[in-house]
Amino acid sequence: MKLLQCPINGIRPLSEFTYGGEYRDMPNPDTCSDKEWAAYVHYRNGAPGVKKEWWYHGPSGTWFIAERDTMADKVIRTYIAGQEEAK
Amino acid sequence: MPLGLLKYGLSKEHPAPRFFRDCTQPKKSYDAVIIGGGGHGLAAAYYLAKDYGITNVAVLEKGYIGGGNTGRNTTIVRSNYLTPEGVNFYDASVKMYEDLSEELDLNLFYSTRGHFTLAHTESAMRTMRWRAEVNKHVGVDSRVVGPDEISEACPQLDIQCSGQAPILGALYHAPGSVARHDAVAWGYAKEADRMGVEIFQMTEVTGIDVKSGKVVGVNTSKGYIETNRVLSAVAGFTPRITDMVDIETPIVIHPLQACVSEPMKPWLDTILVSGSLHVYVSQSSRGELVMGSSLDPYEVHSTRSSLDFVEGLTSHIVDMFPFLSNVKVVRQWAGMADLTPDFAPVMGKTPVEGFYLDAGWGTWGFKATPISGKTMAETIARDAAPDLIQPFRLSRFEDYELTGEKGAASVGH
Repeated sequence: MKLLQCPINGIRPLSEFTYGGEYRDMPNPDTCSDKEWAAYVHYRNGAPGVKKEWWYHGPSGTWFIAERDTMADKVIRTYIAGQEEAK
Repeated sequence: MPLGLLKYGLSKEHPAPRFFRDCTQPKKSYDAVIIGGGGHGLAAAYYLAKDYGITNVAVLEKGYIGGGNTGRNTTIVRSNYLTPEGVNFYDASVKMYEDLSEELDLNLFYSTRGHFTLAHTESAMRTMRWRAEVNKHVGVDSRVVGPDEISEACPQLDIQCSGQAPILGALYHAPGSVARHDAVAWGYAKEADRMGVEIFQMTEVTGIDVKSGKVVGVNTSKGYIETNRVLSAVAGFTPRITDMVDIETPIVIHPLQACVSEPMKPWLDTILVSGSLHVYVSQSSRGELVMGSSLDPYEVHSTRSSLDFVEGLTSHIVDMFPFLSNVKVVRQWAGMADLTPDFAPVMGKTPVEGFYLDAGWGTWGFKATPISGKTMAETIARDAAPDLIQPFRLSRFEDYELTGEKGAASVGH
């Protein structure tokens, strides 16, 4: 992967982007157990597959979601968080 | 070994010596199964047989032995870590390495070079002083040195780094060494095999059979094997194995790349590391410069290597050694590093009885090969982890008792 599609700015070189880790749902800190919170803080899904990830386009300050196959390193699609259906 | 060579020299027969038997079909059951035929897995097999007399052991390797991160690292051995727990652990490993050629009856080309971690900023100097004091406290030979002493040890180094990042000082670690990494795997394989351990190459584990929270067997590409004890020592494949037993870990996989230059006459005696320039370099016994850099910035499960890496790394190498600008890079590769959030490994028992983990070796696994083998063998034999590796237990993440080693990673990540 050398190019990445920013949902706002189109295809840009990968060097303009920063990886933000896998998209994860945060448990409610008021109601979850200490163990669940520790798991949220530390544990990750490390196995390969198609994952939803946070990416950041530095020059335009855009955070967005990329669905990427982490084995083949191929991006399937990118979109602004919450605007998945629009694509 | 030398007498053996002499014998072949005087004889017309030259039988190719085998390091280990050519095992093809696993037996129905074993006392222990080790997944992963790298340095760590083979060392664990060796110490299980040697220290505990457990020889009915199978090592399952999906490729060829030493073909994963054991054969992909930059072969540096050191113990100048940041936490007392880490320094104690890696120091035990360095001491084992010093006698390992003798013990395995194989020349590992273990070469003590002295290791400089260069500091280009005042904040880096602060970390060097911190590490030096922790090291001295634990009894490890590390100290902070100034630019003059660095220049004396390595006159070829441009201490101003082309004016871009002048070197203010360094952490000097006298026991820092390099070794031939393949030989470490092959030496352990040879001796483990001699004591009865069976090594199966091209044998992939496809599932782990757990009943009532206990390991009862493993499914492999060569059939089912009954066993009550399984050690996973698979580096970048760890999440795929832990998924088989439903264990959560913090491990994520990023590629770590390295390359070598064309061979040159020996000129670089020491090992040089620069955190700010993201470089570590030493000269191998073949004369090649072995060079590594920081991790790739995002998760990938493959060993592809990239032009970006070579461009970035070599531009910094030329800052340090301008005269290398015409030297060619002849090989580059990547390994899949299994990273933890605190840059310390994950070792010991797990919530599944009989399933042991030797993982989270990220960018720091090769130097720990002997001690991780020894301590994991003890963990398997006694079903209890020794005190030395308690700080690396998997449950530390749930207890918020991390062992923060990021400041001792060779380069800034």
